[in-house]
Amino acid sequence: MKLKARHKRFILIGIGLALIALAATLILNAFRSNMVFFYTPTQVEKGEVPKDTGFRIGGLVVPGSLKRDDDGLTVHFVITDTSKTVQVIYKGILPDLFKEGKGVVAQGKVDASGLFVASEVLAKHDENYMPPEAAEALKRARENSTSTLVVPK
Amino acid sequence: MHINWFKYSSPQTFYPLAGKMIPWFYGLAVLFALAGLYVSFALAPTDFQQGEAYRIIFVHVPAAWMSMFIYIVMAGWAAFGLALNARLSAMMAQALAPTGAMFTFLALVTGSLWGKPMWGTWWVWDARLTSELILLFLYLGFIALQSAIDDPRRSDRAGAVLALVGVVNVPIIYFSVKWWNTLHQGSTISMTAAPKMVTIMLLGMLFMALAFWMYSIAVALVRVRCIILERERSTEWVKNLFGEEK
Repeated sequence: MKLKARHKRFILIGIGLALIALAATLILNAFRSNMVFFYTPTQVEKGEVPKDTGFRIGGLVVPGSLKRDDDGLTVHFVITDTSKTVQVIYKGILPDLFKEGKGVVAQGKVDASGLFVASEVLAKHDENYMPPEAAEALKRARENSTSTLVVPK
Repeated sequence: MHINWFKYSSPQTFYPLAGKMIPWFYGLAVLFALAGLYVSFALAPTDFQQGEAYRIIFVHVPAAWMSMFIYIVMAGWAAFGLALNARLSAMMAQALAPTGAMFTFLALVTGSLWGKPMWGTWWVWDARLTSELILLFLYLGFIALQSAIDDPRRSDRAGAVLALVGVVNVPIIYFSVKWWNTLHQGSTISMTAAPKMVTIMLLGMLFMALAFWMYSIAVALVRVRCIILERERSTEWVKNLFGEEK
């Protein structure tokens, strides 16, 4: 079969694109550890985080863990990834979306006692959008289901 | 009935066709924008955690979609131009680039304005934000490269190669929130799962996306007509069009 010139060019473009995609995949894989925006508490526990330098830690704020010092600026809270937790201390203004039970990303360092001293706290919110009434109804439904639904044996 | 699609692949026949299509696309863009803005600002309810500030998504998300989609279309035209030596394809790619760059810029700016009150920062170097910024540079690079080379055939070819190399960035942007830990939230709307959003908000966003879509087509056609005239200015048909005397 003899290929027309334009078909040949299409094939060449296809091969070129495939090679670029392969190269990109390899590069991104190689830089995988540098591409993460934050580490999870489990990774902190395992010691997978950079020593000496600062890093970011992300997870959910444990409900009921938020405490304010008397100066009104220093806050203590606990970040969890539902298996491990990290104690965080931060002095500054928290973003609007910062809430207990919601996602958060904190930048800082771990001090000698294992406390994470944050220099910046960012709220990481989820991808769910709904009116307040719907959120309320959802919350109520969840509470009801955990308290009244008994799984038959 | 047999339609000869190649008839409109010549600039001479495409020029009047594009002229006829432009008002329709502009009209549709206005209609969708009015409907979209009405749904977004009058009908859609407040969000349970972000309050009114979430309404930026009605511009931000469609703009971000368009920024990626236009790039793919642009690279597609560029590939056609490269493989088939088709002048009009290359012109289409060139006509789409400024609109794509504008939507990328819009997505970055609206995201930044929203990020300050919601996240607590204007900008972070997470994978989603960084790859979207690279997309803006790809558009600007494409425009700059094309305009830096005087010979249109060579500038088309150089631009096409750049556009095609850059197309790997689009899936990286799209999947960045899945592949890496990012500050940017995951997709609310995806092709594989039900949208995590109430229907009326979704409707507003879809109308706005359609409005942006129609606007992009209209403005690309206006631009391609200018490019056709500029490149074909020495041909008989352009001279006849303007009734020029030799």
